[in-house]
Amino acid sequence: MAEKRETLLELKNVVYSFKTYGGEVKAVRDVSFDVRAGEVLGIVGESGCGKSVTAQCILRLNPEPPGFFEGGEIFYKGKDILKMSNKEIRKIRGGEIGFVFQDPMTSLNPTMKVGKQIMEVFVGREGYTKEEVKQKALEIMKLVGISDSEKRFNQYPHELSGGMKQRIMIAIALVSRPSLIICDEPTTSLDVTIEAQILELLLELREKLGTSIIMITHDLGVIAKICDRVVVMYGGKIVEKGTVREIYYKTAHPYTDGLMHSIARLETNRGEKLSPIEGTPPDLFAPPIGCPFAARCDYCMDVCNQYPPEEYQLSDEHTTRCWLHHENAPATKFKRTKGEAK
Amino acid sequence: MTKYVIKRVIAAILTLWALVTIVFFLSRLMPGEPFTNPKLTPQVIENMNKYYGFDKPLIVQYFQYMGNLLHGNFGYSMKYTNKTVNYIIGQTFPFSADLGIRALTLAISFGLVLGILAARKRGTKIDFFCVLIAIIGTSIPDFIMGALLQYFFGIKWGLLPVALYKGFKYTILPATALAFYTLASVSRIMRASMLEVTSQDYIKTARSKGLSEARITIRHQIRNAIMPVMTILGPTVAAVLTGTFVIEAIFAIPGMGKYYVESVNNNDYSMILGMTMFYGIFLVTANLIVDILYGVADPRVRIGKK
Repeated sequence: MAEKRETLLELKNVVYSFKTYGGEVKAVRDVSFDVRAGEVLGIVGESGCGKSVTAQCILRLNPEPPGFFEGGEIFYKGKDILKMSNKEIRKIRGGEIGFVFQDPMTSLNPTMKVGKQIMEVFVGREGYTKEEVKQKALEIMKLVGISDSEKRFNQYPHELSGGMKQRIMIAIALVSRPSLIICDEPTTSLDVTIEAQILELLLELREKLGTSIIMITHDLGVIAKICDRVVVMYGGKIVEKGTVREIYYKTAHPYTDGLMHSIARLETNRGEKLSPIEGTPPDLFAPPIGCPFAARCDYCMDVCNQYPPEEYQLSDEHTTRCWLHHENAPATKFKRTKGEAK
Repeated sequence: MTKYVIKRVIAAILTLWALVTIVFFLSRLMPGEPFTNPKLTPQVIENMNKYYGFDKPLIVQYFQYMGNLLHGNFGYSMKYTNKTVNYIIGQTFPFSADLGIRALTLAISFGLVLGILAARKRGTKIDFFCVLIAIIGTSIPDFIMGALLQYFFGIKWGLLPVALYKGFKYTILPATALAFYTLASVSRIMRASMLEVTSQDYIKTARSKGLSEARITIRHQIRNAIMPVMTILGPTVAAVLTGTFVIEAIFAIPGMGKYYVESVNNNDYSMILGMTMFYGIFLVTANLIVDILYGVADPRVRIGKK
């Protein structure tokens, strides 16, 4: 990533919560990141860390109520999505930003032919005849690797396999040639061979169409395979972000480090145990005042429990929120020497 | 699809055959006789029995009856001796059918609308109102509902006629009373089913496509939410049908209900069988139509190629 590409989407200090009977769930707490034209941005984190909510914030797809924005701005091509009227946001949805959901089995309407579900993206958009829209749908079906698309066009979701359904979902997200697609764990419910195919397809489509991709996953393998930059989330906050190389080779946050160590690798010896991150994620009804990861962190210091860590800039792209980078912190494998962190 | 329909039709015919056989033998097991008028002499009764074939073995009577039935002939009534069962049905059925169809239309259309409205406006006063109607409808039996409507609309406020069946105005109260229970259950099921569908992933997909709320409701929610309502349509038709007996009596409507009830009291065998068969055919057909419609609405239950 030599030249800095044009910024497409920018989230600034987004805070999103849900009102429930048990109190307010602070799902997303002060999240900022940007997505640039033509890049693949990965968002990684364990279940319940706020990845999906963050992604759905971008298109305002969270159910409201109970969800609501407490603060922040989301700029898409310079315009604040949060200030848009319903009509304006509907133009962005599907037209400018496509969304691929996690579970293809339940994300397609069971009573509508898949071709029609693809064509539906153009409902309410002007400038196309029905025939043109149909051609576009068939074309995109071919592009996402659906053979015999004329026949598939008239089939119902239950007549397709899981991988095929996810291809249809991707076709829906891509049919209007959006500048960005958000993939919310698109391969979680698919087996590994299909997963590889789908990831391959996404990369190929990025090459062909120049679409930016936000890839949400809890699988670091997926991130390594397709992403340019990575955002690591924990407890509704971003704990580390940077390029893929930086995240993997210059890991700066103990949580990211923990994630790396809990992956099974080919070179892992037989009998050798994976080291999981002990404990459970923080309760987002009452998030800890300090660092959200403090309770599970092997390097936890007193300050971690009392004050939220500042953001440390380690390189142009690499930032992290961890007290270990404070100048008075003891030396650990995370702490960079002055020269390294320019 | 054709194979599926043929299968269902054969099943329907078998059901009707079982119905007529069971009712034929059961009605003969009932205590009492068809000819109980004290003025009849034993000789006359014997002649009557001969005339109607009661002197023959039961099994012979059964086959005779089945033969007539296949020709669409239900035989003569034993109480209204100069009238055939077919004639009585022909005279009274139009009233019952009219009442039933009105009630069903009212129940289904209003039930669906209320259910959809309640789900869309969940937690508001509109929702509360719809749920209230559903509770009232399911907890008040139709004969009490009929009497209440008669009292308020007919007597107290003098808006509508309380009885008989001689024009549109006369149909309103009985149709409403009859429809209320079904309306309530349809709206209840539709509301629950709409709410369930609302949280489905494909609704989120539809929203992510930038569709308007109206289109999402009509094309994605209602289409999927209506399925559970369709499954209860069969039993619903049955409920409305039996409801007509009571409502016809309360509103003095000259429908079939009265004759059906009387026929059992009178041991009027041919009448019992005829009426049962007629209602049976009606219900079985209604269920058959629902089954077929279900296949049309939900592509997943369609069997085989179109």
